[in-house]
Amino acid sequence: MKQLLKSKAAALAIAAAGVFGIAAETAAQSSNEIFMPVLVYRTGAYAPNGIPWADGYVDYIKLVNERDGGVNGIKLAFEECEFGYATDRGVECYERFKSKKPVLINPLSTGVTFALTDKVPTDKVVLFSTGYGRADSADGSVFAWNFPLLGTYWSAADMLVQHVKSKGPLKGKKIALVYHDSPYGKEPIKLLEERAKVEGFQLILLPVTHPGVEQKATWLQVRQQRPDYVFLWGWGVMNSTSIKDAIAVSYPRLQMYGVWWSSAEPDVTPAETASKGYNGIALGHSSEKGLPVHADMVKFLYDKGKGTAKGKDEVGSVLYNRGMISAMLSIEAIKAAQGKYGKRVVTGEEVRWGAEHINLDAAKIKALGFGEIVQPIKTSCRDHEGVRRGRIHTWDGKAWSYTSDWLEADNKFVRPLVEASAKAYAAEKKITPRDCSKEG
Amino acid sequence: MIYREAGQFKTTYASDQQLFPILQDRVFVIGFLVFAFGVMPFIGTEYLFRAILVPFLILSLAALGLNILVGYCGQVSLGTGGFMAIGAYAAYNLAVRVPDLNLIVIFLLAGACSTVVGALFGIPSLRIKGFYLAVATLAAQFFIDWMFARIKWFTHDSPSGNVSAPPLQVFGFPIESPEAKYLFVLAFVCVFALVARNLARGAIGRAWMATRDMDVAAEVIGIRPMAAKLSAFAVSSFFVGVAGALWAFVYLGSWEPLAFDVNRSFQLLFMIIIGGLGSILGSFLGAAFIVVLPLVLNQVPGWLGVHMSTATVSHVEAMVFGALIVFFLIVEPRGLARLWAIGKEKLRLWPFPH
Repeated sequence: MKQLLKSKAAALAIAAAGVFGIAAETAAQSSNEIFMPVLVYRTGAYAPNGIPWADGYVDYIKLVNERDGGVNGIKLAFEECEFGYATDRGVECYERFKSKKPVLINPLSTGVTFALTDKVPTDKVVLFSTGYGRADSADGSVFAWNFPLLGTYWSAADMLVQHVKSKGPLKGKKIALVYHDSPYGKEPIKLLEERAKVEGFQLILLPVTHPGVEQKATWLQVRQQRPDYVFLWGWGVMNSTSIKDAIAVSYPRLQMYGVWWSSAEPDVTPAETASKGYNGIALGHSSEKGLPVHADMVKFLYDKGKGTAKGKDEVGSVLYNRGMISAMLSIEAIKAAQGKYGKRVVTGEEVRWGAEHINLDAAKIKALGFGEIVQPIKTSCRDHEGVRRGRIHTWDGKAWSYTSDWLEADNKFVRPLVEASAKAYAAEKKITPRDCSKEG
Repeated sequence: MIYREAGQFKTTYASDQQLFPILQDRVFVIGFLVFAFGVMPFIGTEYLFRAILVPFLILSLAALGLNILVGYCGQVSLGTGGFMAIGAYAAYNLAVRVPDLNLIVIFLLAGACSTVVGALFGIPSLRIKGFYLAVATLAAQFFIDWMFARIKWFTHDSPSGNVSAPPLQVFGFPIESPEAKYLFVLAFVCVFALVARNLARGAIGRAWMATRDMDVAAEVIGIRPMAAKLSAFAVSSFFVGVAGALWAFVYLGSWEPLAFDVNRSFQLLFMIIIGGLGSILGSFLGAAFIVVLPLVLNQVPGWLGVHMSTATVSHVEAMVFGALIVFFLIVEPRGLARLWAIGKEKLRLWPFPH
């Protein structure tokens, strides 16, 4: 019994140390660094996709520190926090980082983005959701702190519909949406429903429960209903399982289109050559290696043993590139803020201004070493999305290759939906939208 | 020596029946409450409130509710996550559809909704027991999950199924700052813990415990099993529903049905098993173990200055956490609350154990 008490005392001591440790941690903050929190998931069902994105994101921060000596001479500090794609743990990570005065966060989870949307305006932290997040946050007049840069799910869904429409009229056809049953997977439904009304196709909704390793029933429904196209809105192991189950019910891969989170290497390689012909919409970029920025990654990080990824082969994979681009846009927002407020440690409010004034044309993107994998992007108070262009890429069994011309989401169609949804949010939250004509 | 009740004579029925009959316990509990209400708000950090204390307190309340059902009345339930969801969505719908309703009223009505549903799903308990009942309540969990994910009316036609709580305020005071949220939740938890404690030691609680220990014998001595079981389901669901509403409104702010999935039910069941079945204190200890320990384990390598990759840290966290669960269940299967009781016994005799 004595031992018991001892172990209990030890457990209590550890817990107490924890509580006070947190208090002590807040004191040690460097005042001449900009802190970049990095929410990652390197474990769990979503790790195959979470790892390359996090590697690309962290590598680019490291590269800016190593190659350029920081952003205009200000070093970037960063720290990872593992949350396993669980919303509550993600929010805990955010709270943990808050004492370090983060200016910008990019959680790579639509669920966490939803949860943080209400918190960031009071905490003055910019919330980037590059290629994910809530579609209505493209309306910056209501969502001042959210930036769904590069394209929202409504843009993605719109481009996919445009693409399949280019193969023949959609009237009377059936499109099935196989989606992750979470805010992420449900985001495109609204747009697809509106498109279905206009184009006259039938939309079949097939939800897949988290984490998505059990989808036999879903694909039996696909076999029964024989949709003309299947749009896949999955993440992590759900993607590779979907492709394998599609093969099992012999649904043609050529008629399958993944969103940009469902069309990367980890999704197709488990099914090996059988995934051949599977398509996805690329968020401006696919797997691209050999650009100047990749060469720099190898030169400044991997050759010196400082790279985050396991090996330099990963540099340039689809999700690695996306992580890298996400970090680049964050840093460009910081640069824009420094351009206005001075080359110092900028605050969250200043970075918010910077993020609203990102203006990268093709020449600037090239100068950064990103070639053409980022489309010219320009944000404003009204438009927090910046660009809404993509291409279809197809897996040939070994690599991704582009199989369509550039597509652009029809803003005349999408924007009214964005504004209506943002307006409803503003009413519910009692937010007065900003007047964008007065914003400098 | 320190903890000795010798000389504390109970001369009236009232003093014998009071909540904490031992002076030291009274002093300790009052001191603890004074600390929690009066000192903590001034010394805590924002992280401590938002990420540790608020979720800990809310899940303690839910565990307390479940403990009434499982620990006191012996009816195993795996539908707790679902009943929390009922509370959360009921509160959301009340807040959105009936503006200007007082927040406390909203939470209590949300608990009432959960009570109705809980009692409804408690009906099978009159015929089935043990594991079979657990499976029946699992059906409640899945049905409720399905209901909130699919029936758009409950989510106010939110396109992504995600809903968020309106700004919180009580009698004109905004519940926004971490301290305010902490105090608000703490007040709820204290009142409910007091209610639970008094229910458990009153006639209803005795009926529950008699049913738990042997339902046939309980029936023979005049306890109506239907009333006992259904009242346990109702009271438990009320607690759990209020906890669900608090979890959604005060902690999450914005949520989806996944926040109340079957994993939440398991988590709460583990809390009371590790903390101690049939013990108010056990609900709190179990919640602390399940909520706080993983966060502490996750940060220990950082404090010790050990550099590990993020993935390794979270693997270590899972391994140590699992090992600790096994350890505590082996050394004391009756839970952490029992360990605490043993500690008290020891202190009574110390320093002269016989």
